[in-house]
Amino acid sequence: MVATVLSVANATKRFGGLVAVNNLSFEVHQNEVMGIIGPNGSGKTTMMNLISGALRLSEGSVSLDGRFISTLKADQINQRGIARTFQLVRVLPGLSVAENCIAGMVFGHRRLWGDQARYEAGKLLSRVGLSGKETVPVGSLTYIDQKRLELARALASSPKLLLLDEWLAGLNPTELQEGIDLIRSLREEGITIILVEHVMDAIRSLCDRCIVMAAGAKIAEGSPGEVLADPEVVKVYIGEDI
Amino acid sequence: MSHENEFKSLVWGAVLLLLAACVPLVANGYWMSIALTIAMFTVLATSWSLFSGPTHYISLATAAFFGVGGYLVGTGMSDYNMDFWTMVAIAPVVGAVLAFLIGIATLRLSGVYFVIFTLGLAEMIRTMVSWIQNNFTGSRGLYVLTDLTEADIYIYLVILAAVVYLAGWWINRSRLGFALRIIGNDETVARHVGINTATSKVILFTFSGFVAALVGALIAPRYTYIEPNGVFSPELSFIVVIMALLGGTGRLWGPIVGVIPFALLQEYINANYSSYSTLVMGIAFLVIVYFLPRGVVGRIEQLLAKRGRSTW
Repeated sequence: MVATVLSVANATKRFGGLVAVNNLSFEVHQNEVMGIIGPNGSGKTTMMNLISGALRLSEGSVSLDGRFISTLKADQINQRGIARTFQLVRVLPGLSVAENCIAGMVFGHRRLWGDQARYEAGKLLSRVGLSGKETVPVGSLTYIDQKRLELARALASSPKLLLLDEWLAGLNPTELQEGIDLIRSLREEGITIILVEHVMDAIRSLCDRCIVMAAGAKIAEGSPGEVLADPEVVKVYIGEDI
Repeated sequence: MSHENEFKSLVWGAVLLLLAACVPLVANGYWMSIALTIAMFTVLATSWSLFSGPTHYISLATAAFFGVGGYLVGTGMSDYNMDFWTMVAIAPVVGAVLAFLIGIATLRLSGVYFVIFTLGLAEMIRTMVSWIQNNFTGSRGLYVLTDLTEADIYIYLVILAAVVYLAGWWINRSRLGFALRIIGNDETVARHVGINTATSKVILFTFSGFVAALVGALIAPRYTYIEPNGVFSPELSFIVVIMALLGGTGRLWGPIVGVIPFALLQEYINANYSSYSTLVMGIAFLVIVYFLPRGVVGRIEQLLAKRGRSTW
């Protein structure tokens, strides 16, 4: 029996009359990479925001290692061991590359400081492919390097669960391959990951399991091969058979 | 920053403070009075920028805390026969409590809303104190009579400046300082890396309120006669902001670089063209916003960095 890291039960989020996430339940197990896919506006990012504490649930619950976290704030959830990247990359422009990475390991799930933090940051930056760029101004990093940096910041807290919100979006084909390889290497280290992604190649090659969302609800769950062959899923992506 | 550099800046800071403490030995009455003004604004602008520098939350409430400090000394000594030093001990605590409450109340505000709220709040406190004075205590003004000379007050403020610099130095190298810089860059990211943004902001805001009230209390004997509209003047809040921004809030010693020239300029304008002092303030503000968004210190560092790159 594999341990359940994250368990989402009947999660619902309403924005006024709009139901962005509708009665969604799923589990994520230890060392698993789970994908959340679905058309634009289906509520994937909202679900990520509900897990990370950026938004409050209207109904339902989220628990980490069997303890409810859905009433906690984002900073408390990060301290319990959930780290994330953002759909639109968010680096800290006024801080150095190394400081951007250190920001992830000082206040959250790990609380390093001083030389130890600098040492860890050096390791992490070379881990994501940014070694030698510690002193480059953050604003002059390329798009993929900013994404790498955001990933390093998220990994810096040594999270139990990592949320990647379209981390591969907007990369060119070469960068995309580098990105997929990088996430695969995280997976091989046994990090538990939830991945929101539109890039189907990435979903197929990285995910153990997927859930498919449409209009806020879960319409399919299973291995990437299974769900992508599901007629219901095909329908929401490319429409009805004529 | 390396340890050697830190040690160097500590030594430099100590030497400069000692030199500053020697000013009363050489200055005459006129220059002593200017030095006192500079010391007062140095403490106010530096403690202001400990909070507003890294977070970019522009507070216009300095006058509220400063006024509370001055007013408490005035009312305590005139109306309740309290000792000056007792009131100096009470005033900053009241200022800190007030700042704490304002901090809690403004947590959800950001950008221009925060600015307007702090300004409005300072004005409200001024009006309230005036109203209470007019309706219940009979007189509008309060006397603060002590044996303290301007040189004495100056020395107290230099000591306070040393304390503020030490506190700022400590905060800058602590997790708290790092948290504030992250908050200033991106508050959403700050929360998602585990920072309790509310606590960090309130701690610093409370500290700046504490210091401003203490300055207001210490300097009260200089004015002898305290009147709410004087000590709560919103102009003070603006001057503190302009001075700090002119110097630059990126470094601990940035504000004083703005305080000294601006205080001298103001003195000159007030002596020669007193009706233009508001105009000068407005122009200074425009110049800073357009040409020196990171202050004199930030601009110099930028130029040095550019030269450093091109000569490599």
